Amino acid sequence: MSKPKVKVAFFDFASCEGCQIELTNLGDTVFLGLLEHIEIVEFREVMKETTSQRIDIAFIEGSFTREADRPRLESIRARANVVVAYGSCAATGGINALKNHQTDYREFVYGKDAEMPHLDSFQAQPISAAIQVDLAIPGCPIDQAEFARIVSDVLHGKAPTVPNYPVCVECKLRETVCRYQSGDHCLGLVARAGCGAPCPADGVPCEACRGMVDSPNQPALLQVLMEKGGLSQLRAETKSRLWTARFRNEE
Amino acid sequence: MTRKINVNVNHVTRVEGHGNIVVNVSNGKIEKCEWQVPEAPRFFEAMVRGRHYSEVARITSRICGICSVGHTLASVKATEDALGIPVTRQTIQLRRLLKHAENFDSHIVHVLFLVAPDLLGAKSVFPLLPTHPEVIKAALRLKRFGHEWGSLLAGRTTHPTRVVPGGFAELPTETELATLQERLINEVAPDINLVLEVVSSLAPLFPAFDRPTEYMALHDTAEYGLYDGCIQTVMPDGTKEQWKVDEYRKVTNEYVNSQSTAKWTRNKLDSYAAGALARFNNNFQQLHAEAKAVAKALGMTPLVANPYLNSAAQVVETVHSMHTSLQLIDELLSTGLRQEQPGLPAQHGAGSSAVEVPRGILFHHYSYDQDYMCLQGDCVIPTNQNHANIQLDFEKLVLELVAADKSEAEMELALEMLVRAYDPCISCSTHYLNVKFVR
Repeated sequence: MSKPKVKVAFFDFASCEGCQIELTNLGDTVFLGLLEHIEIVEFREVMKETTSQRIDIAFIEGSFTREADRPRLESIRARANVVVAYGSCAATGGINALKNHQTDYREFVYGKDAEMPHLDSFQAQPISAAIQVDLAIPGCPIDQAEFARIVSDVLHGKAPTVPNYPVCVECKLRETVCRYQSGDHCLGLVARAGCGAPCPADGVPCEACRGMVDSPNQPALLQVLMEKGGLSQLRAETKSRLWTARFRNEE
Repeated sequence: MTRKINVNVNHVTRVEGHGNIVVNVSNGKIEKCEWQVPEAPRFFEAMVRGRHYSEVARITSRICGICSVGHTLASVKATEDALGIPVTRQTIQLRRLLKHAENFDSHIVHVLFLVAPDLLGAKSVFPLLPTHPEVIKAALRLKRFGHEWGSLLAGRTTHPTRVVPGGFAELPTETELATLQERLINEVAPDINLVLEVVSSLAPLFPAFDRPTEYMALHDTAEYGLYDGCIQTVMPDGTKEQWKVDEYRKVTNEYVNSQSTAKWTRNKLDSYAAGALARFNNNFQQLHAEAKAVAKALGMTPLVANPYLNSAAQVVETVHSMHTSLQLIDELLSTGLRQEQPGLPAQHGAGSSAVEVPRGILFHHYSYDQDYMCLQGDCVIPTNQNHANIQLDFEKLVLELVAADKSEAEMELALEMLVRAYDPCISCSTHYLNVKFVR
């Protein structure tokens, strides 16, 4: 007799929903293979069905950016055994946190209408700021292979891990020429690995979309960005705001 | 007609982002009929301020995960316009090929995974797995292919890596392009034929509903406009008018609507439509012959005024992209690929661009200071432009459904299908206000 399938649901908050799209990019073999082990019981972007039953794993995409979203997050937590924040928006606040150091973003985008109460949006925060999260998979977007591996780990009862070494390690492993050698700059030296370092291999710098490793040496990063990367002090200081605004110790 | 009808769909399913449908009918009288958008605002235009020109497209691509290739292309084009960055013919041809990949990829997802279940009476694609396994497998293969096709050029399709202002940071090899061409012929064509059979059989199930409107799309003298061109609209009577891309504010006219407090757009009429059907109505003559043949088989000749047929127009475009790309690859391979350094800024100032993303015409505009740091950004996205048109479609459709004595469930399905037909991409929330509804 076959084992009952694991019930999985997907939810989204402030995000581009690109991590969901990455799931559809898994293709027929991997996707249909996964469906032999899991049953997708709720996924608003692709299905009308919902469930009132207990959810084994809830995958949440997007940042927590407004109080109005808290009850929906709490209800997901109450219905699910395991909550996984997937994608950088959910795991770290992601690109949405790039507005966190600004105070006038509402006025800038909405002009005279900025004071309307429904525009209330506080600093972008990870899902863990609202509810307990069991596992976070960073990445903008998520790495398909890492996602499949982590789902497999959870299904097999193995504790999944996300690396705590920098992207530089993965560039060395795939023999990518360092961006600094090409006269560019890069955040790979403090960025959390696990993506396989696709950006430097494609000729562009790592922007640390997965956040930084634990205890990054930020003074050294500044020095390298200026001395080896040729960035002005202003650019060097604001460089890592892109995806790691919440990790920066100056703000 | 003394009955009461209350349709209240909170967070419409099988669309990208969050939208609500609220319709109240009492004694045959429509008391409320609204398409609402409660998506969380994300403030991208504020976020690009103070960022170096090389980072701007990486930020604005994150507006949307589905059309991130289109946002990236619109962004680098506007930056190139602002900073006088030159691009080569090779770059333009590779970007055109990439644009086809994105539209192909997105249209496959929309038509086969999001729209087809309604026509087959299913709630999602999953119940169709046991009943239509071959079609679903073909759809997943085509989706995967679209992703690989785009990734070959952009590095990846969700938030491209290789596309940079001035060109490409990394190029595909000629062998990879030749393989892509072979796969289009040997793998994609048979799957597309299967899809066409299914779509032809389902086409009679698209609801009959016409509401002619103004249709806005890029028009390119060189080809069916997707990557470049001028702004063009066609009116219900067939009259066409054109504007330059930097006049985009004149034709979009964003305004706050007192009823929904969401930013809407309008040009000559109270609303206009963008998307595959708008492109079809504007530029039908420039479609590939094979795509025209598919349109003919589906009974479509411009001007098509049934918004439900936007999905059918997407199928026509899928065929167009497949065949046009074969020609593009031929051209690229005949000249041979050269390794080129991306062009560099020659000036500073402001610049605009327009690109046709799967859901319609997309505008980006930036200004930069002398250090090439971004001063200001503005993005007008297609779903935004369709908002008023969806609302006006709702108003006409509900009247017709009430007159035809349709049930609440039938009305709800018809309205949901209409929203889905526009393939809205609500997370592209750049201009959306976050609306809290007190009912």
